[in-house]
Amino acid sequence: MDTWVKRELHGWGRYPRLEAEVARPERLRDVQAALADRGGLPVLAHGLGRSYGDVALLENGRVILTRRLDRMLEFDPATGRVKAEAGVSIQELVETFLPHGFFPAVVPGTWFVTLGGAVANDIHGKSHHVDGTFCDHISQLEILTASGEIVACGPDLEPELFWATVGGLGLTGVILTVELTLRPVAGPWIVQEAVRTEDLDDFFRVSAESADFSHTVTWIDCVTGGKGLGRGIMMRGRHAPPGVEGDPGMVGKAIDALSPLMHVPVDGPSWLLNKATIRLFNEAYFRKQPRGQVDSVIHYIPFFFPLDFVKDWNRIYGKRGFLQYQLVVPPDPDHRVMREVLSAITATGMGSFLSVIKEFGDQVHGGLSFPRPGTTLALDFAHSGQPLFDLCDRLDDIVSDAGGRVYLGKDARLSRAHFRRQYPEWEAWKAVRDAWDPQGVFQSAMGQRLGLCGGSK
Amino acid sequence: MSVLILGATSRIAQRLAHVYAADGESVFLGARDGEDAARVAADVAIRHGVPTDAAAFDATDFDGHPAFVAAVEEALGPIDVAIVAFGDMGDQEASQGDFAAARRVLEVNFTGAASICEALAAVMEPRGRGAIVGVGSVAGDRGRQSNYFYGSAKGGFALYLQGLRNRLYKRGVQVLTVKPGFVDTRMTFGLQTGIPIADPDDAAQAIHDAQRGGADTLYYPRFWGGIMGVIKAIPERVFKRLSL
Repeated sequence: MDTWVKRELHGWGRYPRLEAEVARPERLRDVQAALADRGGLPVLAHGLGRSYGDVALLENGRVILTRRLDRMLEFDPATGRVKAEAGVSIQELVETFLPHGFFPAVVPGTWFVTLGGAVANDIHGKSHHVDGTFCDHISQLEILTASGEIVACGPDLEPELFWATVGGLGLTGVILTVELTLRPVAGPWIVQEAVRTEDLDDFFRVSAESADFSHTVTWIDCVTGGKGLGRGIMMRGRHAPPGVEGDPGMVGKAIDALSPLMHVPVDGPSWLLNKATIRLFNEAYFRKQPRGQVDSVIHYIPFFFPLDFVKDWNRIYGKRGFLQYQLVVPPDPDHRVMREVLSAITATGMGSFLSVIKEFGDQVHGGLSFPRPGTTLALDFAHSGQPLFDLCDRLDDIVSDAGGRVYLGKDARLSRAHFRRQYPEWEAWKAVRDAWDPQGVFQSAMGQRLGLCGGSK
Repeated sequence: MSVLILGATSRIAQRLAHVYAADGESVFLGARDGEDAARVAADVAIRHGVPTDAAAFDATDFDGHPAFVAAVEEALGPIDVAIVAFGDMGDQEASQGDFAAARRVLEVNFTGAASICEALAAVMEPRGRGAIVGVGSVAGDRGRQSNYFYGSAKGGFALYLQGLRNRLYKRGVQVLTVKPGFVDTRMTFGLQTGIPIADPDDAAQAIHDAQRGGADTLYYPRFWGGIMGVIKAIPERVFKRLSL
């Protein structure tokens, strides 16, 4: 039997911080034992803690840490099909199978994510417009449900449970194993084009031109208003074909260049990221990119996981942590909504240190899954208290009115009213969830806040 | 050549399997929970591309131990390194009230460990090569009221390994005794201690390196040798009054 230990947990944004009793089982049957030993308390699984807000947190409950459930169970080198325990990370997946010529079709912006977390948040990446989400490549999950029974599900097997679990925030049960199919690639290299976009219209123009690149993402300046509103740098690329290779020393050089920053060992002082430094950073980052286009062959790590070079980079935001706000709004012909969003942000001057914008493809999963057709914008804001909450409330209004939504995997503060407007399928999702967990065994701080757990109104 | 790991589902043993597989060794995993051992075997095979196999292993099936060793060699070839890493902490209080529980702790940690080591020595000695790595415990360095059944069994195992080392040295077979201190495993999870807790990956690497380097004994982390030196030096007339 695993021991329960009191521990304060937080997401990547380090806000909020909530105490729970945690256990760290190492075998699947110990997860079952931990669930049986919950002592009447609600339960939630927690992986690598890279969701930002309170998705993976639970106050006054029992949290099962899944990181030690990390065995790879099956691999078919002919097809790229892999079955692994849910605590395996994307990093392990990439590093194990790249030498075999396989890469996940969808990876997020950090590889410190467990497979279970990837499913629970239905994560997406730079390839959404081509390959959908991570879960579009999954054939089967095994879930420990509230009854203590392990249920296999997939698109063709218990599909209701499967689609409620995809993006289901861990509230349908503990995801134990994930079976997915990887994509064949020639090697670690990415053929990349970096294109400077001079304003928001330019972004949409370049984005439309880039549809045949499997991977696109655009850094966007969220400080500069006026003529330069929405300016940025698009990175578009695809896995390099055989024979096209970059400089093998490149990853080492990138690490050397960043070495002073490799680890943020202490909390940054509160003044570090203020309006002036964020403005300077955005200006410099934009200026370093020449007008037009720069082509290169780069290693997949800086292309997909640039921030993973800097360990604990979240600490740069200081003790109070930070909030990430990611929204998607449906396409509109003159981009009025996105312009309104950007103007609202630049007007506060609060700015965002790192913001990215991308046009999603047409893949939609329903339930609580975030991606839907339209444009997504992700913003980091230092946690400045009320002024930030006011800005987020203002953004919620714009997003809800436009028929858009915020990404729950990054959220720490959305109101129940906005949530219900943004995720109209929540009731259907909850009906499935409640059928598998009528007692409300699986709960989370977010689930309680948004009224998603059994019993909560 | 192959590596046999018994008690293979513990975190240190799992990590050892990966470290040896990274050398290109075939790995055979035995554990009470044969199904879970098979999961470790699959994981090692997928990550390192080496042949692996697994089976349920019962430490107290003494009569079956020679056949178990034969089956491992049948599957993956002669055993080059055998790591005896299983253990059962038991429950000290339950053991005091019920000798059947105490006996189980003694039989798994001492008798079972000695029994499988004898079976391993029997195949390694005539070949004149091989290594047996026995995982003991710092708990075996001094008897304490809080876990003296487990401690005495592990302490007895350490003495057994000394004798075995003395016997096999002349035959070219290495015997390494490992005494882990606090390593971040199930056993120590949540333990409030002022002493730093070591990473299981580092522990596995250190055990592997000590074995490859021909060592006889290893405390890991190494400062545990010092801590236990102090604890062993406390006179019995003082020690008996302590609540450790």
